[in-house]
Amino acid sequence: MIVVIDYNVGNVKSVCNAFSHIGCRVKLSCEAADIENALGLVLPGVAAFGYAVRTLGSLAELIKNAALSGKPLLGICVGYQMLFDQSTEYGLHNGLGLVHGNVVALPAGRRIPHMGWNLVKLPEDMDLFAGVGRERHFYFAHSFYAKVKDNRAKSAHTDYGFYMPAAVQKGNIYGTQFHPEKSGKTGLKVLRNFYEICKGQTL
Amino acid sequence: MLTKRIIPCLDVKDGRVVKGVHFLNLRDAGDPVELGARYSDEGADELVFLDITATIRSHKTIVELIEKVAENVFIPFTVGGGIQTVYQIDTLLRSGAEKVSVNTAAVENPNIIAEAAQRFGNQCIVLAIDARRAKDQPGKWQVCVKAGTEPTEIDAVEWAAKAEKLGAGEILLTSMDADGTKAGYDIELTRVVSDAVNIPVIASGGAGKLEHLYDAIVDGGADAVLMASITHFGNYTIKQMKEYLASRGISVNL
Repeated sequence: MIVVIDYNVGNVKSVCNAFSHIGCRVKLSCEAADIENALGLVLPGVAAFGYAVRTLGSLAELIKNAALSGKPLLGICVGYQMLFDQSTEYGLHNGLGLVHGNVVALPAGRRIPHMGWNLVKLPEDMDLFAGVGRERHFYFAHSFYAKVKDNRAKSAHTDYGFYMPAAVQKGNIYGTQFHPEKSGKTGLKVLRNFYEICKGQTL
Repeated sequence: MLTKRIIPCLDVKDGRVVKGVHFLNLRDAGDPVELGARYSDEGADELVFLDITATIRSHKTIVELIEKVAENVFIPFTVGGGIQTVYQIDTLLRSGAEKVSVNTAAVENPNIIAEAAQRFGNQCIVLAIDARRAKDQPGKWQVCVKAGTEPTEIDAVEWAAKAEKLGAGEILLTSMDADGTKAGYDIELTRVVSDAVNIPVIASGGAGKLEHLYDAIVDGGADAVLMASITHFGNYTIKQMKEYLASRGISVNL
């Protein structure tokens, strides 16, 4: 079973709906026992970074420990941004620090938020994108982005007037700035891949 | 590069999708759950759901309906219509909506934009503007509230710019003059608002032909085009619209 972390921010339902749709057992929960027993964890988020981190509270340590012990973790949007060290959205806030890097405002000179479907170049060695193709459109909606500074992390990029990280993978830790649960059929395939990765971990 | 978006709009009254002309003479266009699933499957880039029942008691009913629609919609989904409070925004985001649009409530209390943006992030707060050409003032548009029934003295362009400063992440700009006429978007309005803000602008009201979509994007500067009549009643499929735009050099997600 995949556990979607329930921490009182928006969009958790969409993520559950998408996993259910692909035939994956999914539970929305903030209970320690569920987090420990899950095949994999999803940290969603439609929220401002500071609010999300505050609301996550003591769950942060639980998630961090689960990820460090090898449990697959997928962060989406603000959930992805929280994987990094810190963010400057409405103040300075610490993230989970699982992937090195910091979250900063998109540079001026373009429409902000970055909202809509953008083409992501998908590296062959990211198993989250196995069988998806070398480039696909995904749905983005964000005003901040993560500057990845972790040489142990692989990343996928998109072009938004600059070379912007769009997804990251560091061992069992995965994250997408875009919303796979809202990226149509391609996005559902990415979630199916994550589910397969989670199942693979237990073999 | 970011693609231009095709966004079907479901105007929902008493649980049914309807579509009128100039916000009046509503005609039934189907079931919102079915239509939502269909558009998600057909490759629409987003879906907008506007509750035009907008009575105080309808909020719970809408939340239940949104939950059902969201079960089969795997594209972004904006919900609006009659939203008054940050609490309502929260419940809608938790029922499966990615974004909410505010209109009358923001005119009455602009601070709701700032409050909601700080809590949920700018990207999920859409300011919906229903604009009407001001009589005797060429090049001016006035903001109307309460589903277009009450004109205000507020200038649409100034309001859009102010909303951006308050934290709105997107403008859903409906021309009341063009709405439902199928005679084309109000390009002039779309252009002035689009030039006045740095956030994405969705052109709405008046789509009738494929050229109209192109004009709103190229001449109007819109980031996205919203339509209802021409898709609900089967004039064009989402794919036809995208193929047409692509053939004229517009970047779309085909």
